[in-house]
Amino acid sequence: MIEIRNISKSFGDRLVVNDVSFTFEQGKTNLIIGESGSGKTTILKLMVGLHSIDSGEVLYDGKNFPKLPEKEKQEVRQDIGMLFQGGALFDSLTVEENVRFPLDMFTAMSREEKNERVNFCLSRVQLEGRNNLYPGELSGGMKKRAALARAIANNPKYLFCDEPNSGLDPKTSIVIDQLIKQITEELNMTTIVITHDMNSVIEIGQKIMYIYKGKNWWAGNSKGILKTDNKELIDFVFASGFMKEIYDAVKNKD
Amino acid sequence: MTLFFHFGRYFLLIKRTFSKPEKLSVYWRQIVHEINNIGITSLPIIAIISFFMGGVITIQAAFGFTSPIVPLYAVGFTTRESMLLEFCPTIMSLILAGKIGSNIASEIGAMRITEQIDALEIMGINSAGYLILPKVAGGILILPFLIAISMFLGIYGGYVMGIATHACTSYEYIFGIQAFFEPWKLWYSFTKVIVFAFIITSVASYFGYFTQGGALEVGRSSTNAVVYSSILILIFNFLLTQLFLT
Ligand SMILES: Nc1ncnc2c1ncn2[C@@H]1O[C@H](COP(=O)(O)OP(=O)(O)O)[C@@H](O)[C@H]1O
Ligand SMILES: [Mg+2]
Repeated sequence: MIEIRNISKSFGDRLVVNDVSFTFEQGKTNLIIGESGSGKTTILKLMVGLHSIDSGEVLYDGKNFPKLPEKEKQEVRQDIGMLFQGGALFDSLTVEENVRFPLDMFTAMSREEKNERVNFCLSRVQLEGRNNLYPGELSGGMKKRAALARAIANNPKYLFCDEPNSGLDPKTSIVIDQLIKQITEELNMTTIVITHDMNSVIEIGQKIMYIYKGKNWWAGNSKGILKTDNKELIDFVFASGFMKEIYDAVKNKD
Repeated sequence: MTLFFHFGRYFLLIKRTFSKPEKLSVYWRQIVHEINNIGITSLPIIAIISFFMGGVITIQAAFGFTSPIVPLYAVGFTTRESMLLEFCPTIMSLILAGKIGSNIASEIGAMRITEQIDALEIMGINSAGYLILPKVAGGILILPFLIAISMFLGIYGGYVMGIATHACTSYEYIFGIQAFFEPWKLWYSFTKVIVFAFIITSVASYFGYFTQGGALEVGRSSTNAVVYSSILILIFNFLLTQLFLT
């Protein structure tokens, strides 16, 4: 479980994250949704320490991460897996080396154990046999999957995914979403997914925070979204005419 | 103002680069990789340039020394002195600043804009140390060898071209390159090389590491790396020369 309490962040004199609080639950896929530029990535980067926090707390199972001494921070970091928007695979390493990278850096596993773990992770994201390809040789969806394999290689307790299905076709998106959801349940991780894909919201949104202009504007789950009265959220989620029809249909059923 | 900003940020980065490596074995592998990447791939260009510049300096020296008071071995002597003291350590470093500097800056810059550096940081790896230390160490280890090869080939190029164009004879040239040799001057040359190696690799890493934006900015970092490391090489060349030779 990760709890954020009243976190804020400004870049220069622009307040980008404004007093946001939320609890991300273990074993669930927690979503952060919102328009682009609303501050979602910044919240994620504040949580993992890639940006320094102006005020507020980020509690990883009770430990306030920004205030931990460097050594303990390091320990928490090794429990974090992150899937970046573009994958962020290391270009100079093969798929297999990418996935093995955290194992090489942080574990005392033997070569066989590492190979076994790498192959398990790759098969888990349906990339078995692609061990020796370089990131440059992968399609967008394969890159995301390889990056997901790397993110889960070291058995993280916390998984962060920044727009895992941006730039993917709808079918591949669903595959990635389902993978994230299944892996989260399997490994009982605390998973946080940033998305503005409405399919994902409805499919995997067990707990949702809607960010509007840097603020926690609405919180709930996918069922709640369909019934919300929050104007900004309705405008965001049901931006297209088609989605609006679905919204009206659901509303009228009650 | 911005100059102070860059200096401050540069020194902080260097400090982080040289603090606590996570796993030494991994670093060692990276250093070997960088020695190959920086060193071996630069050999052909170094070899070609040194050979021809040595040749040209010899021909020019022979052309200039027509006065009967100048001894015939002065041609070999001049080639050796200019190669050892200035051409190989300084001009070669400037050329390498172009080749290695742009390579390092664009590699690290691309890693920055595609969030690979963030990925390292998240894993709890000191990205500055992991990425920059092997490049600086690799550069400092391999550049002296490259320059030594450059010195040898430059003097050899002078010999080959000098004989081929009848600018001098074999005996005079070989006598000339041995005349009045002062070994301490090699200290001067190789100190310069090591300082320049540090400048090239660290300045290029700095510009790459703090790239912000997209592909265009990676190109800009790469240009900045070459421009600023070249300027710094010239400044330090002047300072070290003052220090050693006066
Ligand atoms: N490092 C930074 N420096 C300055 N401004 C930033 C930085 N990162 C993000 N921003 C600004 O903060 C705002 C929120 O960005 P971001 O969190 O990336 O939005 P989202 O992920 O929701 O699309 C944007 O307006 C962006 O320009
Ligand atoms: Mg974003």
